[in-house]
Order: sequence, then C-alpha cells, then structure tokens
Amino acid sequence: MPSLKQLSHREVRLTGGHRLCPGCGEPIVARQILMSTEHPVLATNATGCLEVSTTIFPYTAWNIPWLHIAFENAAAAASGLEAMYQSLKAQGKLDPDANYKFVAFGGDGGTYDIGLQSLSGAVERGHDFLYVCLNNEAYMNTGVQRSSATLKGAHTTTSPAGEVIPGKQQNRKDLTEIMVAHDIPYAAQTIPGRWNDITRKAEKAFEIEGPAFINVLTPCPLGWGHDGALTPEISQLAADTCVWPLYEVEYGEYNITYTPREKQPIEAFLEPQARFGHLFKSDQGEQVRKAVQEWVDWKWEALLKKAGEA
Amino acid sequence: MGDNATLEQKAQVKGKVALEGNEAAAEAMRQINPDVVAAYPITPSTEIVQTFAQFVADGEVDTSFVAVESEHSAMSACLAAAVGGGRVMNATSANGLALMWEILYIVSSLRQPVILTVVNRALSGNINIHCDHSDTMGARDAGWVQLYAEDVQEAYDNLIQAVCIGENMDVRLPVMSCMDGFLLSHSYELLRVEDDEAVREWVGPYKPDMPMLDIDDPRTYGPLDLYDFYFEHKRSQMAAYPYAKQAIIDEGRRFGEAFGREYGLIEEFMTEDAELIAIALGSTCGTLRDVVQHLRDEGVKAGMLKIRAFRPFPAEEVVAALDGASAVAVLDRAASFGAHAGPLYHEITSALYSYGKHIPTNNYIYGLGGREILPEDLQSVFDDLQQLAEAGQPAEPVSFLGLRE
Repeated sequence: MPSLKQLSHREVRLTGGHRLCPGCGEPIVARQILMSTEHPVLATNATGCLEVSTTIFPYTAWNIPWLHIAFENAAAAASGLEAMYQSLKAQGKLDPDANYKFVAFGGDGGTYDIGLQSLSGAVERGHDFLYVCLNNEAYMNTGVQRSSATLKGAHTTTSPAGEVIPGKQQNRKDLTEIMVAHDIPYAAQTIPGRWNDITRKAEKAFEIEGPAFINVLTPCPLGWGHDGALTPEISQLAADTCVWPLYEVEYGEYNITYTPREKQPIEAFLEPQARFGHLFKSDQGEQVRKAVQEWVDWKWEALLKKAGEA
Repeated sequence: MGDNATLEQKAQVKGKVALEGNEAAAEAMRQINPDVVAAYPITPSTEIVQTFAQFVADGEVDTSFVAVESEHSAMSACLAAAVGGGRVMNATSANGLALMWEILYIVSSLRQPVILTVVNRALSGNINIHCDHSDTMGARDAGWVQLYAEDVQEAYDNLIQAVCIGENMDVRLPVMSCMDGFLLSHSYELLRVEDDEAVREWVGPYKPDMPMLDIDDPRTYGPLDLYDFYFEHKRSQMAAYPYAKQAIIDEGRRFGEAFGREYGLIEEFMTEDAELIAIALGSTCGTLRDVVQHLRDEGVKAGMLKIRAFRPFPAEEVVAALDGASAVAVLDRAASFGAHAGPLYHEITSALYSYGKHIPTNNYIYGLGGREILPEDLQSVFDDLQQLAEAGQPAEPVSFLGLRE
C-alpha cells in the first residue's frame, strides 16, 4: 500500500472548486478511492450530491472520463462501458495492453434503493468494476429523506421525529451482506476517517478481477446535523461503536479490519448528531436507543462469528 | 419452374430466402457486427435477442453481448457503451420500451447513435402482446429517429440504413427501426438478404465522436445543466433533425444504388392524380396497396401514402404528396388519450395547416391490441372519403375501424 507521502504525489482526479458542502464526506472518499490506483480510471456516477455538485455545466471537477446518465443505473452504465472496453480491446480497436479501471459512484438512494436492481444485475454478470456506495444514510440531494440505509430513530424529512413517532422506525438494510450474497470477489465497508483502511480496500478492489463493492459510511454535516470539521471523527465513532463495522469479504473470507479497543455505546455516535437529538429527550427516545444498541450488538456478534473471532 | 415447385425452390431461384421479421433483424445485426449489444427479452422481439445471442455463442460476431436484468439497464448499458465509443444495438417491444423511457431521452440528448429495433406491441394495460403503435408513438418526442417498415424486407433494409443515418456526423442521433409485432416479426416472407461483405462495406466502420474510452482526453458526459445552458443545448439538439431528414434521403438513395431498393421519407402509391388518399404506417400499407389497386381498377382515383420516417416528421413532403387530393384518411394504430384525434392525424393536419392547405381529413383509430384490419375495413374508409370529399368537412373526424360498439 502506498504511504501518505506517496499518495500526496499522486494525480488529483477529483479537483477542488466543486460545490459540495464544507465538511461533506463525499469528495474525501471519492478522492481517496481514485488515488488508490495508478491505472487510468473511468467513472460512472448516479444522480446525487456528488454528481450535481461537481459538474455544473460548463464546469467540471473531474480529471478523469466521467459519465452520469440517471439515478438508478450507475452500475448498468459501468457494465455497458466495461463491455465496450472489453469488446474494443478484444477486437484490437483499443490497445490490447490497456489496463483501465472502472468505478461507479452512487449514494445510498442510488444504491440501496432505486439502483439496487441495476447493481445486483451488474455484479451477477461479473463485470470488472468497483461500485462505491457513498452512504450518508438518507437522500441528501433532495433534502434529507429517509432511505433503507437510514439508521433506526434518525430524524429525516420523510421519517420526521414527531409527537407520536420518534423518527425512522426500521433498522438499516444490510446492503454489504446482500452484496456478499452475490458471491462477488470483494466486498467491504469503510469510512473516510481512516485513510489507510479506505486506500488499502480500494487498491485491492481495483486489482481484483471481477465486481467489487465498497460501502462507505459518509457523514453529511447538513443531514446529520454535526460540525463539518468533525466529519472524519464522526465516521470514526461509527466504527468505534460498531454501528458501522470496518471489514472486508474476499472470496467469501471475512476479515474485520478494525476492532475497537473498547466497543463504545452507540450514544457516542448518536449524541453529536442533531438527527438523533430527540432520542435523548424522552423515555420513548431511550427505548429507541436501547433497540438500536441491541441491533448493533446482534449485528456485531454475527460479524465476529463470520470472521471466526467469536 | 412449374406451379408444383416449393416456396423454398422458388426463393432460391429469385435469390431470396424466407425469414421471419425477427430473424431478418437478427441477420442484419449479425452482418452489421456491432461492438456491444445489451438487451432484455420481451415478446414479440425476444427472438431477435436470442438469435443474436446464438451468433455470439457461435463466434459469428465480435460483439460483447450483455444479458442485462431489465430494459432500463439495457438502455443504460447501451448508452454508456455508445459513449465509450463504439457501435451499439438493441431490440425491444411495448413495456420494455416504456421501461427504457427515461433513458431514451438521455441517449438522444447525449447524441449517441444507439440503434434499437422496436417490434411494435400494444402497451399495457391491460396486458396484450399483439401489435399496435402505442409503444413507439409514446416515444415519439424522445428525440429518436423513427422508421416504420411495411414488410420484412423493409425491416431488414431499414435496420441496415438506420446505422448510417444515426452515425452520420451531422446527425449523431439514436434510431428506432420499427416493425409490426407478429404481423412482421413472426411472419415468414421472402426477402433478399445481401452478402455479408456487401453489407459490412455499405455500413462501414464506426466513427467515434469524443469517445469516453479516450483516456488521454478526459471529458465529463451528462453534467448538471441548468437554466443558463440547458435551453441552448436543447436548441442545438433540435438543429440535428433536419440533418437526420437529409440523411434518411441520402442513405435511402445510396442503399438503392448498392442493392436496388431505394427508400425515402415517405412512399407514394398512386397519389399523383389521386382524389382520395389514405395515410398509414407499417404493415397496414401493404393491405392498403391492394385496396387502392382494386379501387383503381373500378375507376376510383384512390391513393396511398406511407409514412416511412415518422421522426423527423416529413411535413413538407407529406403536404406535397397530398396536393390535389379532395379528401384524406389518416389511419392511427394508437390512441392519444385525451387528445381530439390520433397522433398521426395531428401530425398530418398540423402539416397541412402550417403550409396553408385545407383538405378535409378523417381520422381512424384501428388495430389496437392486434385487432385485425381487413381489406373491407379499408374499403369502407375510401367509401367515407367519397362522402367527405362531397361534404367538404368531416361530421365526426375520429372513428374506429373493426371495433364492436
């Protein structure tokens, strides 16, 4: 894996000057991912914050070939582009020694929800590409609406905390495990707060032949209601509480890449975020926190078992 | 050769083969040898996809075949592949086309010459697998060139020409090559299939235009485009359609020079001195020919106008072809719900009005969901036209053929 110093000399493939919010986790993740390989990378992008904020015509922040078609098809687009690459290479219309990498970026809306079918289809077909989910746990681009990635109890504009209902009522869908169930060569979870974790995983994902999937919990200061300066730290708290365990599954083998020295209670992650504020103001909120803690514990134990660490 | 010769024997003598429309489309695709095909099966176009998949499996083409999980992904993958920088083809019908809808507009906006065979089928609901034009009529404003075939030969010829029309450097637009579901897709017809080499030479190699796979010149495709530029981009897209019109004429002529079958935007049958003219798209034109011929034999000055290119719409040519007619019938194999008439009628009457012509025009909605259209139905249309010519104004512009009421 390259050192930080080496990484600092690599080409910046998503430049500054884009219009993402201060403190947004997405450009941190996108830059890290693109820095993780020195091969040419071509990107497809689902509709979402990353897309709208980096490409307002006539400007672009992308230094690589980049394509956006629509919301639900970043994976289908990557598969078509990769198919053309393979076809032209096989026919000698493109340098047969070319080694291009393909990445698709989507938010949790474009990945967990509206784009799930397209993603499932593309990885089942075995296209050689990396799908990166920039999971900020809600539809941030349209103004913080709940998704199936939203943590239980979170206030969003379509799962608002009210007098009767304390925010989102369902647990988050475990998309990473759904991707693992596709028997793809590589699937992983990571966070922007640990540069070495994200770089190592992306490097591996790009090198592995066949479909790879990386799910990145990506804090959104606006939607989560936290200080934008704390984005890496907030994501680190998700790992320390095991709300978002860092692990990878390589050809079916589970490997936990970060085990907190002491697993912290979920409140450490919830408290700095305004979206969970209501959970600290009532008995009902306390019940929700308890339920989320139980769910986190259950998921973490299950993961330890899968990794042979329980 | 005597009357006892089999159809196949006769075909060999004429240098023709008997193929279904779907087989003919797949055969054209094999000859064109696209770089990528991403497709999803749907009746009645399924055979095209599966026949082509066999060509891929047998190594008869160089194509990367992507068996996607839906039509939405099919068109998405086709678009991305085309942006990548190569020739891309696909086939679908009805609900499949409807599921592609969102992406159809993006393909034309990104100016990618994706070639799509649409085997026309009624849109749900209720679900129906048979022919009408509700699918492609619904997509008429999506920015695609649309060609409609009268018979299997034309379906084959149109698909080959579609490649050169769409890929013309002044055009760069996607093309739908439409044929009537079952009536053509599943009907065996004797047609001339040209030599592989001749077709490949006629089509020529793909000319990439700012391909995404050119990594030395990285570009951003499909950016956010707001009120300060979107309008100009749409205007520049609109400017491409007159070029598409010219390309249809030029390629139709060039095809005629190479293979002896020339095509245009429209086809006129006995319209020159016709008083009564019926206008249609697709296979109904074949039935109309017979009816017109029969009427001519009886001394009725009947004519038929076939719209081969519905998009871009050949308004000027249509108006010229109708010049001198005293009554016109427009046959629509689709309804435009809530509109006062069918979609083809709107185009025709709007064209006439725009060019300052007033010809009394009836509209007939027919054949929805595969309802048969018979010569006697079309005969009745011309009977109506006699009366319309005398009255000068339709009493009720829209009526229905073959409907139980």
